[in-house]
Amino acid sequence: MSTQEEPVMEGLKAELRRESRRLRLDFNELKSGGFIKQTQKDLFTVRLRCPGGQVTADKLHLAADIAQRFGRGEVHLSVRQSVEIPYVHYQHFDAITEELKTVNWSVASCGPRVRVPTACAGCTYNPNGLVDTQSMCREVDRRYFGIPTGHHKFKISFSGCPIDCFRSREMDLGFQGVVEPKLVEELCTGCELCVKNCEDEALRMEGSLPVRDLDKCIWCGDCVKICPVDAMVVDRRGWLARVGGKHGKHPLFAYEVANFLSDDQAFSLIEATLGWYRSQGRGRERIGATIARLGLEQYIQEVIHPLGGEAIESPQERRRYWAEGNLYGLRGGEATRKI
Amino acid sequence: MDQTTEENRLDLRGVLCPMNFVHTKLKLEEMAEGQTLEVILDDGEAMRNVPRNVKADGHHILSVHKLPDNSYKLLIRRGTD
Ligand code: SF4
Ligand code: SF4
Ligand code: SF4
Repeated sequence: MSTQEEPVMEGLKAELRRESRRLRLDFNELKSGGFIKQTQKDLFTVRLRCPGGQVTADKLHLAADIAQRFGRGEVHLSVRQSVEIPYVHYQHFDAITEELKTVNWSVASCGPRVRVPTACAGCTYNPNGLVDTQSMCREVDRRYFGIPTGHHKFKISFSGCPIDCFRSREMDLGFQGVVEPKLVEELCTGCELCVKNCEDEALRMEGSLPVRDLDKCIWCGDCVKICPVDAMVVDRRGWLARVGGKHGKHPLFAYEVANFLSDDQAFSLIEATLGWYRSQGRGRERIGATIARLGLEQYIQEVIHPLGGEAIESPQERRRYWAEGNLYGLRGGEATRKI
Repeated sequence: MDQTTEENRLDLRGVLCPMNFVHTKLKLEEMAEGQTLEVILDDGEAMRNVPRNVKADGHHILSVHKLPDNSYKLLIRRGTD
């Protein structure tokens, strides 16, 4: 259920339109909202808006209650962190929408729109987290949720660190936390713990001090976390941005396009990217296909450069993120097949 | 000036993750704030995990020494709860 949308067929559309007039529902809201047609006649799955997968106990109680009264007493947890209530008859949409309002809740979006953003726990309670993914996710949801793209769906996700549990690589736009370490030489005891802990082999000892290889570092911050005397410290913190990923029949891995963005730069990047996609996209293609068609350079030129952030321009700079033998390596900016 | 006593020494060579950390943690919890514990750890996984978790628990790693058999001796001062 979670990755299939827009199954509203013509006959059903007319029926819904009539029904929505009778129930005084906004038909457009119905279409854009998270009411997803099931195989069973007249039954829908109601997808609830859960940015970052965070749901208060109040909301959870209400979802359970709605599932019991209007569904079959069960919910489904979607791969994009939504609570979904299956087996709901469309006649109950109105009542459900009203009840959701009492806890300041609503249904999620479907169709060619900005979807509810997803996020891991980030630094709020995950020890690996480098940035506050949850706050960012809530804000992005507040600002951009449901905006029509004119072409296809648009998914945004946030991961707190390079482990990337929230698969920023598979999103139309993905953001991942990064930190830049800096050595305070006077404090360093030369214990080599940081060197041992750097899984990317970006650190080596030169004399009694660790030295970082800037071509290998992926900004995970492990060296900062391990240093017993706080000689390795955070110099700066921000977001690595990826664009053009998707799953589906022909999945694409996103390209890293900018690094160390501030929250504000990330918002600007989202806005600029949506604008670019709206004007450059064709038909029902995802932004990954638009980029494959026009070339990544054009996207970077038109979207990243004007932002003034730190652009990631070459495949060499991206290499550090790829595993050997990954299909990433096959992509020089051109898709080899229809997307 | 080594203040470590017999009781405050753990040889965790051959002990796997996460039990090596659990032993270290339990030992530190028995101790009073400011006391030091000497722990010997294997290189590799143990050295990747234990020091990081010890630090995250609020203790202080005072020194790290490599031993002839490629294991490591850590001196840890118990932090505040
Ligand atoms: S991406 Fe990093 S911070 Fe987020 S859940 Fe995974 S390990 Fe934790
Ligand atoms: S930030 Fe991560 S990759 Fe970079 S040097 Fe430190 S441990 Fe290695
Ligand atoms: S872990 Fe800290 S003290 Fe040890 S070598 Fe690295 S920077 Fe120096």
